[in-house]
Amino acid sequence: MKTGLYPGCSLTGSARDYNESVSALAEAFGLELIQIPDWNCCGATAAHNLNKELSLALPARILALAEKNGLEEIVVPCAACYSRLVVTQHELKKNPELKNRISEVIEMDYRGTSRILNVIEWIDKYIIPLLPEKITKPFNYKVACYYGCLLVRPNKVLNYDRAEDPQTMDIVMTKIGAQPVDYPYKTECCGAGFSISRTDIVSKLSGKIIEDAEYRGADAIIVACPMCHSNLDMRRPDINKYWKTEFKIPVIFVTQAIGLAIGLSPEKVGLKRHFVDVKIS
Amino acid sequence: MSHSEHHIERNSLSYGIEKNVEVLAQKCYQCGKCSAGCPVADQMDFPPSMVMRLLQTEIPANDEKILRSNSIWLCVTCEMCLSRCPMEIDIPSMMDYLRQKSRSEKKVNKQAKNIIAFHKSFLNSIRWTGRLFELGLILDYKRQSLNLTQDVTLAPKMITRGKLHLFPNMVKDMGHLARIFRKTSNSSK
Repeated sequence: MKTGLYPGCSLTGSARDYNESVSALAEAFGLELIQIPDWNCCGATAAHNLNKELSLALPARILALAEKNGLEEIVVPCAACYSRLVVTQHELKKNPELKNRISEVIEMDYRGTSRILNVIEWIDKYIIPLLPEKITKPFNYKVACYYGCLLVRPNKVLNYDRAEDPQTMDIVMTKIGAQPVDYPYKTECCGAGFSISRTDIVSKLSGKIIEDAEYRGADAIIVACPMCHSNLDMRRPDINKYWKTEFKIPVIFVTQAIGLAIGLSPEKVGLKRHFVDVKIS
Repeated sequence: MSHSEHHIERNSLSYGIEKNVEVLAQKCYQCGKCSAGCPVADQMDFPPSMVMRLLQTEIPANDEKILRSNSIWLCVTCEMCLSRCPMEIDIPSMMDYLRQKSRSEKKVNKQAKNIIAFHKSFLNSIRWTGRLFELGLILDYKRQSLNLTQDVTLAPKMITRGKLHLFPNMVKDMGHLARIFRKTSNSSK
């Protein structure tokens, strides 16, 4: 079956490294990913904070385009986009009147039948079964798996992993040879969309997440969300200034770690684009 | 007054929330788990559990306090409160409603200025290109917030890492996007 890809805006810009690692894995494992034609932004936090109807219409257009192009299953590597798409599907399913209204707004048929996978589900389904014979360079490091908010919440809607102390990313990491540390900050918020408007809040919250990972002896923080990554990596100078310290721990996308374990180069999986040096490849 | 009579006369914020987002503030029994788990509670005028309590009173002065508070804007929509609420009260959806109400009634807290400027710049970017154009977003945000010197050293570093495009990557059918924005413009400005 062909899998559709909704890259979302971050993966084409500030999270290009994430995109490169997803593509590198798809290529290495012979997986076909078809970008949803003419996709638009999901609206992110801005739309649902300011305009509810728009926050449903934008994801609905994306899902309708996937349906129109025969993509029954789509992978959404950005945790924030993933959450918006699943929440929209859920809201329109439980409220047929709203579904009709949104179909009218987007001038498209919307059935709501797409199966939406987050990046870990995609890895579990397509990569894990082929992984054992592919590993050439086990990722023999202690890791703090940081899930953030939107990969697991709202948990009753996403219905993915458990809300407190989730395990799926930890299990993936053990399969490439890593040792996950016990990490209570797994699902704490990094400050998300406040990166520009309230950098102080992001610096404070992200600093706590980083400090605890270092305290527990992790060699790297593993993430599956471009927003978490940009806050923990790109905002590191602000974080260090806020906490008056020099946090050194690198922040690596789960797909980059798998790429390294199957012998792909750091360049190939985008590690050279990070702000915090990754010295463990 | 019987319960039903009380119900008919209600014109409170709590009633608006019930009608519009189907969240019942009355279900809250003040366990405080939302406030304990909220990452920004310490900076809020009222932490989430106190917002719930103020709503329950259905007193106009308290409704006013909520709509004018910084709490509704500092909420970062991490969804932790909902995840931990024993009554499964959807506080994040309620916060979305309160933000929109606070804006439409022009009661926005002054601390929300930059947060709203950012959201507006973000939506402007999508309105014009269909996808987020990060450089455009940053410039528009500077225009709206007047924080002109913020992050001036960050952009060049992003460019050298190939993380900031100088030109937008546009949706082809922008007419379609424009119609979606137009048709949904009544629900908010």
